[in-house]
Amino acid sequence: MIRRLFVILLLLGLGGVFAGLVAGYSPDDALNLTARYYAEHTAQDIGAANIVTAIIVTYRGLDTLGEVTVLFLTAAIVGMVLVQSRRKADAPQRALPPSGELLTTGTRLLVPLILLLGVYVFVNGHLTPGGGFQGGAILASAVLMLLLTDPLLRIGHGLIAAIESTAGLIFVGIGVLGILLAGGFLDNRILPIGDLGNLFSAGAIPIIYSFIGLKVGAEFSSMLANLSETEDL
Amino acid sequence: MAYIALTTGFVLILIGLYGALTNRNILRMIVAFTVANTGVNLVMVAVGYLHGRTAPILNEAVPVEQAAARIIDPLPQALVLTAIVIGVGVTALMLAYAYRLYETKRTLDISKYTELKW
Repeated sequence: MIRRLFVILLLLGLGGVFAGLVAGYSPDDALNLTARYYAEHTAQDIGAANIVTAIIVTYRGLDTLGEVTVLFLTAAIVGMVLVQSRRKADAPQRALPPSGELLTTGTRLLVPLILLLGVYVFVNGHLTPGGGFQGGAILASAVLMLLLTDPLLRIGHGLIAAIESTAGLIFVGIGVLGILLAGGFLDNRILPIGDLGNLFSAGAIPIIYSFIGLKVGAEFSSMLANLSETEDL
Repeated sequence: MAYIALTTGFVLILIGLYGALTNRNILRMIVAFTVANTGVNLVMVAVGYLHGRTAPILNEAVPVEQAAARIIDPLPQALVLTAIVIGVGVTALMLAYAYRLYETKRTLDISKYTELKW
């Protein structure tokens, strides 16, 4: 029990530090300098109604490229770690109980709707709360539902890899076009900025975010497929 | 309001660390880490909150001219969006490694893995 005591002491110390932070915290009354710049310049410069999207896709677009790369690496490493545990094609398969009427019918009904919602979320990423990462996660939840209904379902890794690499290449390609046609890497003004609040506005942001959505959806789906293809233990 | 979210976030971090340090089961440790991760995200969003303001989306409620006076700080939200995605990646990696560990020893009890213990 000495270990438990040590843990509690450590957490008490950390809690003391946190309590000090909360006690010393005073909320700002106005936006700080960076946030004020984004609030005042997003509408004219970027044309995106959702300022968070403008930051993620354009102001800090390079970071998002890095983030997508981290996600790609994760999906690749999960596949690599699990590749040896993959079930052999001719290995005997334990009989699985049927997934049940509710789940089967519910999946048939909901999967197209979930895919539609995912596409809606990432196409409207520059107007509404949402965007490529959220939409991609929603797309992958449709794949998760398919896998829940039929755990033996095999999703084509070739198709997932094709979607993912095409989307990634187009994302980088649009970024390079920004260097050639506009102010710099991932500049969204290679297309007209349009009227604030329209679907076709904010330059290249809807296109970039749609491809990010496809890429994230493909990466999450490949993680789910890899985890589900492991041997039953 | 910001204080409630801030305190909840810190409490979630502490709960998550307690769970990760006291549980012996690897899956429970992974769940505890995601709880702590949620706490960190909550703290970051709470720091960007300004009282009486609205979400950083320009629409009828937030005219462009008054944006700086009406919206909360968009920067922590963008950071947390990134953090959530990376958190998902970390969780997936931990689960994959947990699976491989289970394959080697057929147990998820971390005290049975003694190779690096001193």
